[in-house]
Amino acid sequence: MNILVLIKQVPEIEKVRFDYEKGRLDRSSAGAIVNPFDLNALEAAVQIKEKIGGSVTAISMGPMQAIDALRDALARGADKAILLSDESFAGADTLATAYTLASAIRKHGTFDLIVCGEKTIDGDTAQVGPEVAEFLGIPHVAYVEEIREVCSDKIVVGARMERNYYIVELRLPGLITVTKDLNNPRLPTLRDKLRAMRAEITVWGYMDLAEEGSPRFFGLNGSPTRVIRVYTSVAEKRRSQVLSGTAHEVAQKIVQILMKNGVLR
Amino acid sequence: MCGACGVLIFAEQEDGEIHKVTYELLGKGRVLADKLGKNLCAVILGYGLNDEAQELIYYGADKVFLFNHPSLKDFDIIKYKQSIVRLVNEIKPDIFLIGATRIGRSLAPRIAASLRTGLTADCVDLDLDDEGNLVQIRPAFSGNIMAQIKTRTKPQMATVRYKVMKMSIRDPARKGEVVEMKAEPIEDTGIKILEKKKANEVNISEAEIIVAAGRGVKSPEDLRLFRELAVLLGGVVGSSRPLVDAGWIGKEHQVGFSGNTVKPRVYVAFGIAGSPQHLFGMRYSDIIIAVNKDPTAPILNFSDYYVIGDLYEILPQLIHEIKKVRCVEK
Repeated sequence: MNILVLIKQVPEIEKVRFDYEKGRLDRSSAGAIVNPFDLNALEAAVQIKEKIGGSVTAISMGPMQAIDALRDALARGADKAILLSDESFAGADTLATAYTLASAIRKHGTFDLIVCGEKTIDGDTAQVGPEVAEFLGIPHVAYVEEIREVCSDKIVVGARMERNYYIVELRLPGLITVTKDLNNPRLPTLRDKLRAMRAEITVWGYMDLAEEGSPRFFGLNGSPTRVIRVYTSVAEKRRSQVLSGTAHEVAQKIVQILMKNGVLR
Repeated sequence: MCGACGVLIFAEQEDGEIHKVTYELLGKGRVLADKLGKNLCAVILGYGLNDEAQELIYYGADKVFLFNHPSLKDFDIIKYKQSIVRLVNEIKPDIFLIGATRIGRSLAPRIAASLRTGLTADCVDLDLDDEGNLVQIRPAFSGNIMAQIKTRTKPQMATVRYKVMKMSIRDPARKGEVVEMKAEPIEDTGIKILEKKKANEVNISEAEIIVAAGRGVKSPEDLRLFRELAVLLGGVVGSSRPLVDAGWIGKEHQVGFSGNTVKPRVYVAFGIAGSPQHLFGMRYSDIIIAVNKDPTAPILNFSDYYVIGDLYEILPQLIHEIKKVRCVEK
């Protein structure tokens, strides 16, 4: 089975600090990591490979430093890695990103299954996976939290929508996006890390994708959405009336508030 | 009723039940369509949904496009996408809104890619600029900042976060038109539902009363107290992210940016510090009561009433007091 995993390098969001006074993001203490959801995608791909054989190729789009994310993917079990990096890919929104990734996937050739994380922690759109599936004309299932069965031409997965949990048979080639509930990503061993350090990583620029895609759909040019303004947003401060006294007194005060507001009668 | 369609909204249904985000889309869609001086349209797919289509008119739609076919009964991404793309190409709306539910967030990008148009995820507000272009407002970086986004292609597509916008008001005297669309059956889409079962029954977004637990809780067994209080108040247990990450409670209970947005009448938070991510999810609550040991916890500024104290002393007392009130009642 020929499996592709789409990964993105993201800032360590928990270390991105927000300066409320200046209304600015401070990323200086945040390193770059593989988007955590993509590690679940990679783990799923590697587990399938270990079970039924095949290969796992990690594909990422980003600046040259995203090569570190791909090395991490190689250390965690990917066999090959491709980085899409070019000035003309920069500034892409989800549509242009998906278009570029789909172009690269076509250039890469045949595949059976594409696995993506549910969303990225920096963009948080969950759009690129389904958009890639549409550009490639293959079916997809999003929010997969269980893989029941994998055959050469189909995969059976479990995914929760709003009211129901569905067990779905997806014909291959197809795409799934996976949640964190699917598995626990493995940690790479030192040996794996060293091997990944030496591995060769293919880098494709826009000339490499010239046959599969049109430059006018890449990067900022190919992005129909534009951020026009960014501003801080904090919840509104409230009256903050303190309730004091012993635990017993405080409990009585809360009961009174609940009664006043019709929660308790 | 033959005006141009200014705003199209996707009316989401599962098991024939319309998701309530639909009425919020109709509420905002109505405002936008009126400003544009155009129609508000809705599209609904499924089987046997004539009454539901009529409901959409009562809630503000001028025109409802109904794809009525047994093969559309359950959500099939390919069938839904193809029908909707066909409709959009026909009626050419300026704006197309979809709920940011799991179904919506899976479906919208496929439609956007097929139409080669821009899509903004998870909007919390929408407006029009002076030229009538859609201004889409969405949170970024865990809800710390808001971004305004415009789209230079049509339709301008957005998914909209549930429980943020106001529902429209039902008016059974409203008139509108239901347009029956021909569903073209597609034999094999590559997706086959083998089994369907009810997901968990917890629906925290709809809860009127939420008793929320945070990092101040010392062990998963202690959540028993929260459940007890929630049952007494006819509410649901909520949680901040750390307890979900620790596996103490299911994600369906999570309130916050990466969890659920809630809008209860009363939100009682015990041992929750109040990170921006958590505040993002509960900021629309009518009344917020916070109990925290730490007098510098940010949540205190964002609550209506607060107690500086130990939840392990106050929570049992509160349960005791409420039981007393209940007994007097009887």
